[in-house]
Amino acid sequence: MFYREAGDFKTSYPEDGQTFPIKLDRFGFYAVVFIGFVIIPFVINDYWVNSVFLPFLIYAIAAIGLNILVGYCGQVSLGTGGFMAVGAYSCYKFMTGLDIWIGGVQYALPPINIFFSVILAGLVTALVGLLFGLPSLRIKGFYLAVATLAAQFFLVWLLNKWAWAYNYSASGQISAPERSMFGVPVTGSNTEPWAVYLFCLVFLTVLALIARNLTRGSIGRKWMAIRDMDIAAEIIGVDPLKAKLSAFAVSSFFIGISGALFFSVYLGAVEVGEVFGINKSFLLLFMVIIGGLGSIFGAFAGAAFLVLLPVFLKNTLVGGLGWPTDLAAHLEFMIVGGLIVTFLVLEPHGLAQLWRVIKEKLRLWPFPH
Amino acid sequence: MNGLMAGVLYALVALGFVLIFKASGIFNFSQGVMALFAALTLVGIMEGRVPFSHLINAVFGTSVHHFGWNVPAFAAILLTMVVMVGLAWLVNRYIFRHLVGQEPIILFMATIGLAYFLEGFGDIMWGSDIKKLDVGLPQGINSTIDEITYNLLGYGFFIDNLDLWATFVAILLVIALVLFAQYSKHGRAMRAVADDHQAALSVGINLNFIWVMVWSLAGFVALVAGIMWGTKSGVQFSLSLIALKALPVLMLGGFTSIPGAIVGGLIIGVGEKLFEFIVGPMVGGATENWFAYVLALIFLVFRPQGLFGEKIIERV
Repeated sequence: MFYREAGDFKTSYPEDGQTFPIKLDRFGFYAVVFIGFVIIPFVINDYWVNSVFLPFLIYAIAAIGLNILVGYCGQVSLGTGGFMAVGAYSCYKFMTGLDIWIGGVQYALPPINIFFSVILAGLVTALVGLLFGLPSLRIKGFYLAVATLAAQFFLVWLLNKWAWAYNYSASGQISAPERSMFGVPVTGSNTEPWAVYLFCLVFLTVLALIARNLTRGSIGRKWMAIRDMDIAAEIIGVDPLKAKLSAFAVSSFFIGISGALFFSVYLGAVEVGEVFGINKSFLLLFMVIIGGLGSIFGAFAGAAFLVLLPVFLKNTLVGGLGWPTDLAAHLEFMIVGGLIVTFLVLEPHGLAQLWRVIKEKLRLWPFPH
Repeated sequence: MNGLMAGVLYALVALGFVLIFKASGIFNFSQGVMALFAALTLVGIMEGRVPFSHLINAVFGTSVHHFGWNVPAFAAILLTMVVMVGLAWLVNRYIFRHLVGQEPIILFMATIGLAYFLEGFGDIMWGSDIKKLDVGLPQGINSTIDEITYNLLGYGFFIDNLDLWATFVAILLVIALVLFAQYSKHGRAMRAVADDHQAALSVGINLNFIWVMVWSLAGFVALVAGIMWGTKSGVQFSLSLIALKALPVLMLGGFTSIPGAIVGGLIIGVGEKLFEFIVGPMVGGATENWFAYVLALIFLVFRPQGLFGEKIIERV
C-alpha cells in the first residue's frame, strides 16, 4: 500500500537502467538529497556537526569502501585504519605542498586545493591498497584477514617513524592548515558548521552514487561472483586478479578519502597511532556487519548506528544518570560486541535486511495478501 | 634468549587458537580477551573483590568494593576454571549453536564480537585498573643459570625464573593436550566433530557436550596464558593484544598443527627480537609492532598453508 513497485513502466533502456528504477525509491532519494543539501545546513550548529554529522558522513564513506571489499568482494580486511592513515597523511602532504627528493635535488609542489588534495589522497591510498591486496591472490578467508593486519601495523608504524610524512614536525603530529573552497574555509579553526558539513556531504553523495553504480554493473557482478565462490567464478571467466585487485583499489580509494576528510575537516590534528589504530579497523568492520554486508544502504545505516550509539549512551548514562564515563565506555563495548553477535545470529544481513523487510511489509500493509 | 621466552608465551596463546580451530573449525579471535578475562576473574576472586561493584555503586549509590577475604591461589584457580566452563557453556548455547554450518568468516566475525563483549564485560565486572597477579610463581633472575653460564662461557645469561616456568608449563600443556586429543575418548570425539559434524552426530557423539568441552579447554589454556602474562606484566588491557600477536604465529605454523604453533611462536619470538636488534636502529626502532605480521604475510605468499598445515584442497 505505502511502498509500491507496480504500475511503474519503462519505455527505454536508459530509464530501465537508471540508478533507482523504482519511482518511490527515486523520490525518496531526491527527498533525502534535498533535506541533506538544502534544509540541514541551515539548522545545524557546532555540536551537531562535530558529534553527529561529520563522523557519520566520514564513516559512511569508509564503510561504503569497506563494504565493497568485504560485502561485495568477500575479502575481509582488518587494515582499514592503516589505509585511512595513508589517506590522512597524503592529504596533508598535498595540502602543504609535496616535496620530493630526486637525486639530491628537491622538487616542491605548490600546495594543492583541499578538494583535489583529498581526491589525490584517495588515489595514493588506492595504490597502497593495491599493493597490500596482492597477497589476496594467494591467501583467502581469515588468513587474509590476518595478513591485512600487517598493513594496519606496518603503515601506522611507518607514518609514525617517517619524518618526511609529517613534515619533520617536532611533535610527530600532523595538523591541518586553514584551506578554503570558493573563499569559505573548510579546514583549520575558523570553519563554519554548514561549510564543513556540505564539503563532506558532496564527497559522500558523489562517492555513494559511484559505489551504487559500480556494484550494479559488470565489475560489481564480478566481485560478487568472486565472493560467492572464487574458483567457480574463475571457471566461468572472471579474472580473479583483476576483480580482487580492483576491489582493493576502489575500496582503498574510498577509505583514503574518508581518512583525508577525517584528518583535515573533522579532527584538524592527528597522531597516527591514536586515531588510526586497530580499533578503527574494527569499528568500521562492525559498521559494515551491523549495517549489512553487501549493501550500500547498509553502510549508511551501520555508520549512523555506531555514530549515534555512543552519543546516545553518553547522554543518557553520563548526562542523565550521572554514571562515571569509564563505566559507560565499558558498557558501550559490551553493547557493541553483543549487537555484533546478535546480528550475526539473528540477521546476518544486518540493518539493510531489516529495511527490506519493512519495505515488504509496507507493500502489503494493511491488507494480508 | 629473551626472544625465545617471548616466543614460548606467544605459542601458549596460539595453542588455544589451534585447539579450538581443530575441534570446531572456529577461528577464535577472542582467545586473547579470554586470557584477559580469566586473569581478571582470578585476581578478582583472590582479592575478594565484589563483582560488578562499579555498576552497583553507580546505580545504587553504595560503595562496596571488597568482601574482605582473600582466597588462596589454588582455590581461586579452580573457581576461575568453573567460571570459564560456565562461560564456555553460555558461548556455545547462545552464540555458536546458532551459527553451525555458517561460513568460517562469519564465525570469525562472531568471535570478534565476542571479544568486544568480553572486554567490556570483564571491565564492568572487575574494574579496569591494572591489577597485580601473584599466584606464587617464582620471579626474578635465575641465579643458577647465571652462574653456570658465567662459568662456562665467561658471561652470564639473565633468565627470569618466570620465563622458565612458563616454558615448563607450556611444554607440559602441549604434551597433555596432544595426549588428550590423540588417545582419550573425548579427544577422539572432538577430532571427529571437527572433521564432519553430521558424521559425528550419526555415530552418537554428543555435539553440544563436545563443543562446550572445546570452549572450556580454550578457557583453560586462556587461564594458563593469563596467569603467565598477568604475573609478568600485570593484568591489563594490553593482555588481549597478545592475541593479535598469536595470529601470525599461527599462520606461520599452520592453523591445524600443534607443533606448528610452537615452532611458529619460537620463530616469531626470536625473529622479532633479532630484527629489532639488527635492523631496528636503522629505521627508528619499534619494529616489533609489525615484524611478525609482515613475516607471516611474506611467508604465506609462498606457502599458504603454513609450515605444518594441512594442504588446502579446494573443490567447486
